Amino acid sequence: MIVKTYAEYQANSETPEILFWVGCAGSFDARAQKVTKAFVEILNHVGIQFAILGKEEMCTGDPARRAGNEFLFQMMAYNNIQTLNMYGVRKIVTTCPHCFNTLKNEYPELGGNYEVISHAVYLQQLIKDGKLKMKENGSFKGKRITYHDSCYLGRSNDIYEAPREVLQALDSDLVELKRCKTNGLCCGAGGAQMFKEDEKGETRINMERTKDVLESGASVVASNCPFCLTMLNDGIKNNEKENEIQALDIAEMIAKSI
Amino acid sequence: MHILQQILFVILSGIAIFLFIKKIKEIRRNILLGRDEDLSDNPSKRWRNLALNAFGQKKMFKNPMVAILHFFVYAGFIIINIEILEIILDGITGQHRMFAPILGDLYPFLIGIFEILASAVLIACVIFLIRRNIVKVKRLSTGELQGGWPKSDANYILLFEIVLMTLFLKMNAADLALQQMGSSHYIQTDSFWISQYLMPFFQNFSEGTLIGLERFCWWAHIIGIFVFMNYLPYSKHLHVILAFPNAFYARLEPKGKMQNMKEIQNEVLYMMQPELAPANADANSVMKFGARDVHDLSWKNLMDAYSCTECGRCSSACPANQTGKKLSPRKIMMDTRDRLEEIGKQINTNKEWKEDGKTLLHDYITVEELRACTTCNACVEECPVSISPLDIIIQLRRNLVMEESNSPQEWNAMFGNIENNMAPWKFSPDDRDGWVA
Repeated sequence: MIVKTYAEYQANSETPEILFWVGCAGSFDARAQKVTKAFVEILNHVGIQFAILGKEEMCTGDPARRAGNEFLFQMMAYNNIQTLNMYGVRKIVTTCPHCFNTLKNEYPELGGNYEVISHAVYLQQLIKDGKLKMKENGSFKGKRITYHDSCYLGRSNDIYEAPREVLQALDSDLVELKRCKTNGLCCGAGGAQMFKEDEKGETRINMERTKDVLESGASVVASNCPFCLTMLNDGIKNNEKENEIQALDIAEMIAKSI
Repeated sequence: MHILQQILFVILSGIAIFLFIKKIKEIRRNILLGRDEDLSDNPSKRWRNLALNAFGQKKMFKNPMVAILHFFVYAGFIIINIEILEIILDGITGQHRMFAPILGDLYPFLIGIFEILASAVLIACVIFLIRRNIVKVKRLSTGELQGGWPKSDANYILLFEIVLMTLFLKMNAADLALQQMGSSHYIQTDSFWISQYLMPFFQNFSEGTLIGLERFCWWAHIIGIFVFMNYLPYSKHLHVILAFPNAFYARLEPKGKMQNMKEIQNEVLYMMQPELAPANADANSVMKFGARDVHDLSWKNLMDAYSCTECGRCSSACPANQTGKKLSPRKIMMDTRDRLEEIGKQINTNKEWKEDGKTLLHDYITVEELRACTTCNACVEECPVSISPLDIIIQLRRNLVMEESNSPQEWNAMFGNIENNMAPWKFSPDDRDGWVA
C-alpha cells in the first residue's frame, strides 16, 4: 500500500492528481478503515498519484453544524480551508458522503473552492474510461446484491446512478430496495444522530431500514457511506442475519473484483 | 326587480373582494415579519420550477391515481373560473348568459367542457372525503390531523367544492328546462353535455318554480364562491395560491447545503486573524443565533408555513416519524403558521408586536421533536409545494445549542472531541493516519 501525504509530495516538488479526503470515520473507525484501505488499493492498482492530508486533516464540521453548533463548524472549516489552500489543492475525492457534501457545497462560500468528487462517481469514471477493469469470475458475479442510497449522496446531491453503474460492472444481479433513490429511507445516522441515542419511539431507524434490506433477499447490501455501513451492520447483527447478508462499501466490492 | 338584483350583486362582490384583499395584505405583512433573504437569482431556473412543480404538479405524480384526481380538481378550479367571468358580468349587467350569442356554437361546447370538469371535481372530492373519513389513509387521519380544526378544515373544503359543483350543474339543468319551455329571459343554446341528463328531473316543474330554482342556484353558486374565496386565507387551502410563489422562490442549491451564518463566519475569522477585524466593531451589538421565534426565520420559511396544505407526505416519508418518534415535519409547518397567526392577531389588536412570553421553540415545537431529525431531506424531497421543514428545524437547533447550550450529553462529548481531537470520537489526532501502517 503506497500512501503519501501532501506534505511529502510538496517536499519533492511534486503535485498529486487528487487529494483523497479520508474523513474521521475512514481514519479511526475500524470498519471504515477497511473501506479506506480498499479505496487506496484501487487507486494504487490504477496507478493514480494521490495524497492524503494525514495528521493535518480535521473533521469537516458536518456533525457539529447539523447538531446546531455553527461556531464549531466554522472553526473546523476555517482550519481545513487554510490547510487545503496552503497546499493549493484542486481536486478532492472522498469516501464519505458527509465530507463530500460539506466540502463541495458548504466550503465554497467560506473561501474553499475545489473540485470535489465522491468515490462513487470517481469509480464510475475510472470504469467508464477503461482504467479499471473487473477480473473474470469476480466474487460477486451472479450474486443477488442490493444498494442502499445514502441521504447525502442521494437526495442531498442527486447522485443516484453513478453508484449503481459501479455495481453493474460487477456482473451481479442488482435488485432495488422497496424504498430507493428519492424515496430511499435514511439509515438513522445523519444529522449527528450517529453520536447519540435515538429519541424515544417504537423502533430504531436502522432496524426499520434493515427490514427493507432483509426483504430484498440479497446476500450483499452495498453502501457508499461509513455511517450507513455501521447502521446496516448493527441492524443485520441485531437480526442475527450476519451469515446471510453482508454490508459492504462499493469500494470494497470493487477492490475484491480487480 | 332586475336593477335591485344588480345593485345587490355589485355590493356583495365589492364586500367579498374588499375582505379578501384585506386578509391577503395581512398575510403578506405576517410573512414579511420574517428575516430578509434574497431568493431572486437564476430566474430561468425559477420559472422552470414554477412551471414544473406548481403548474405541472410534478411531485404529485409519484402517486399517479391521487395525482390525476387532484389534477381534475385543480384544472376544474382554474378552468371553471372562466365561467365565473360570465357569471360576474351577467350579475353586473342584469343579462343572462351574455357570452352565448357572442360565442355561438362554441358556447355550449365550452359549457360542456366546464360541466365535465365540474363532474370530475365532484367525483374526485367524494373520493377524497372517503379516503379521509372512511378508508382513513394514514397520513390524512393520524398525528396532527386526528381531530379539531385541521380535520374539519379539510372536510369543509371538500364539502364546499361538492356543493358548488352541484349548484353549477343544477343551475344549468334548470336553465335547459326553461329554454325548452321557451321562457323569455332564457336564451336558446344547444344542450349542455352533462346537465341535459339532469334536465328530465326538472321538466315537470312550473316555469315559476324553475326560474326560482335557477336563480337560487345562480345566487347560491356565486355567493358560495365569494365565501370560499374568503375562507381560503384562514384555511390550509391557501396552497392554491401560494404554491406558485413558493415554487418560484424555492432554494436552488443542492438540498444538502445548509445556510451559512455569515456573522459567525466573521466572528471566527476575526478570532483567527485579528488584523482583519474592523476597527469600529460595535461591541454592543447583540448577536442572535438561530431561530427562537417566527421573526427569526426567513420570510421564505414563513411563506412555506402558509403554503402547507397538510397533506402529510413529509411526515410519512420522515424516518423519525415512521419509527414512532415525536417529530413530524408537517407539525413543524403547522406550528409555524399557528404561531405566526397568533402574532399577526396581536399586531392587529395592538398595532405592534409585544413579547407575549411565548416562543415557537418550546411553546410550540419541543426539543424532543428537534432532536429526532436525521437531516435526511426526505420531507423536502416529498413536498409537492416546495416547502423545507428541515430549514426551520436546523435554525431552531442552532438556537437550542448556541443560545441555550441545550444539547444532549453525547453531543457535548462529540463537540468536545471535535474541538480537542479534530474528530467526533476520542482518538488522538496523531493516530489519524494510523491506518496506513
